[in-house]
Amino acid sequence: AFFWLVSLLLASLIWFISVQLSDREDAKLQYSLLVFGAAVSVLLQEAFRFAYFKLLKKADEGLAMIGEDGRSPISLRQMAYVSGLSFGIISGAFSFINVLADSIGPGTVGIHGDSPYYFITSAFLTMALVLLHTFWGVIFFDACEKRRYWCLGLVVASHLLASGLTFLNPWYEASLVPIFILTFCTGLWSFFTAGGSFRNILKCLSCEQEGDHRVTMYSALQVPCED
Amino acid sequence: MLTFMNNSDSEEEPCNERTSLMSAESPPVPSYQDGLQASEAGEVQAHRKRRTGSSRSPNNVADGDMSDSGVPVRESASENEEEELTLKYGAKHVIMLFVPVTLCMIVVVATIKSVRFYTEKNGQLIYTPFSEDTPSVGQRLLNSVLNTIIMISVIVVMTVFLVLLYKYRCYKFIHGWLILSSLMLLFLFTYIYLGEVLKTYNVAMDYPTLFLVIWNFGAVGMICIHWKGPLQLQQAYLIMISALMALVFIKYLPEWSAWVILGAISIYDLMAVLCPKGPLRMLVETAQERNEPIFPALIYSSAMMWTVGMAKPDTAARGPSQQTWDAAEDGRENHRNPSHADSRMSETRNPVPTRPITSFEELEEEERGVKLGLGDFIFYSVLVGKAAATGSGDWNTTLACFVAILIGLCLTLLLLAVFKKALPALPISITFGLVFYFSTDNLVRPFMDTLASHQLYI
Repeated sequence: AFFWLVSLLLASLIWFISVQLSDREDAKLQYSLLVFGAAVSVLLQEAFRFAYFKLLKKADEGLAMIGEDGRSPISLRQMAYVSGLSFGIISGAFSFINVLADSIGPGTVGIHGDSPYYFITSAFLTMALVLLHTFWGVIFFDACEKRRYWCLGLVVASHLLASGLTFLNPWYEASLVPIFILTFCTGLWSFFTAGGSFRNILKCLSCEQEGDHRVTMYSALQVPCED
Repeated sequence: MLTFMNNSDSEEEPCNERTSLMSAESPPVPSYQDGLQASEAGEVQAHRKRRTGSSRSPNNVADGDMSDSGVPVRESASENEEEELTLKYGAKHVIMLFVPVTLCMIVVVATIKSVRFYTEKNGQLIYTPFSEDTPSVGQRLLNSVLNTIIMISVIVVMTVFLVLLYKYRCYKFIHGWLILSSLMLLFLFTYIYLGEVLKTYNVAMDYPTLFLVIWNFGAVGMICIHWKGPLQLQQAYLIMISALMALVFIKYLPEWSAWVILGAISIYDLMAVLCPKGPLRMLVETAQERNEPIFPALIYSSAMMWTVGMAKPDTAARGPSQQTWDAAEDGRENHRNPSHADSRMSETRNPVPTRPITSFEELEEEERGVKLGLGDFIFYSVLVGKAAATGSGDWNTTLACFVAILIGLCLTLLLLAVFKKALPALPISITFGLVFYFSTDNLVRPFMDTLASHQLYI
């Protein structure tokens, strides 16, 4: 979350400077500066995600060295999930909390001609974004780990795409539906990246107990190995 | 000077307790162990991500065993184990510190956002006599700097006074002071707080009920904090009084002075803890020499404490009794300023620097915890509360400051694990908090507002 905040800080610094240097009156220019600011912010977020990956990698090595059996207590996959989730949470919180706070107060949505579905679509968009960040985190870390740079590029591109789709916003069919499709696809991709498969799902759904029919012998000198 | 205080509600000098050190448990260290610990610290991984804040006692216990054989051969193995233990307990203790800090901040922010009283300007403390209602920016800045200087010098004087009292073993005075100050906090400030909350929600309450509630709350609080009580209840009370104190600060410190004071106090904290002649460091070292824990009522501890017998450390109760601190070691300091003695109530000030370095030799493993001074809680909450109060009603600023403070706390705990001695908890967190506050308020807020108005997401 801290890393995301720092990236947001830098992006808004850039945007702020660009706005100060530009002509305030020109609405088109301001809008395009906003687009520029959003794009810069997306790129910075991904850059900071990469920086966070590097930091976690180093920490992982340190933990592995200290650990009992040469492994660190949390795997890189878990770290990827947590990192993605926290990026998502802070991003969602920042996008949505002011809207939430305003929704308590007295007012009418869309009284000036904007869409009356502002709140509900914001809620859905935020949810999609949180999920997307989580999935991107998993895919990103895995791609960096296995050095598949095309995956990285694809993650960045899909982030840009998602952000760009929100620019179509009062036209909700064109923005919400594709974003949800994107979320679903990214979710599937990250599920397979994290090692899931159809068999896992079946096993999970059928609630099989592992090791029911086996007798495991533990040596007094050994820590029982975890399956 | 009384004329500066023109407030409607009864408000005298609040307890200004200042505890801004972060303690690490560090048992008394014989000289040979210093060498061991130095080498151990050198071996600590530079990129340890797990925040460790647990005490060094396992290290010392192991070192103690080593010392008899005098063989450094198994040193690395034992140090590895110790690091392993440190890590295992450390992460848990970091979480144990996150929870109370978060709770305190939540209470403060919730109150600020809902109860109007704490954001109204109703006069100032006498410690900040210069008003900020001046026409020019330069004048305002000057006034706030002067206010800060006065406040910090009062705190320094109080701290030095406390250290002197401690050095010359005037325990009764200190205890009396602390008891009076916590009395005031628990009864008076709670009464005011409850009154304002009831006013906000337009709830009618009669005086007998109010008296009963406050009497019970205060009496149980005094017992829990100064004597024995269930650990969680004690922690809850400490959180509540920190929140109350922070609310008082938020209400009575003028805008710019508050920010300058926050900055100045973290610098003071840094110096007072780390400089060889700093008062807080001397307090810690004196307590260590005497094998006494320091003022446990002013420290938030995240784990069970074994009772420590003051007279004979080696025969201290080793049983895993889950009692909290002895009554002998408590209190909060009150200071009676004679120049304000004519005010009807005692003004109490607490510049308490508490560094709980508890000297534990006994330490059986289980629950060794990290301790954090209550002043740290207070100033963290003041920062977040001010962000909530003055950030133009913006929640992003509050969130950003909250994250920044927690990350600063993590880093401090990491440093604690590396250096294994008392460290100031304020500087890093407050620096991050201030940076994030000003930058979020001025840079991020317009950006996010513009994005939100077009319903754009990044």
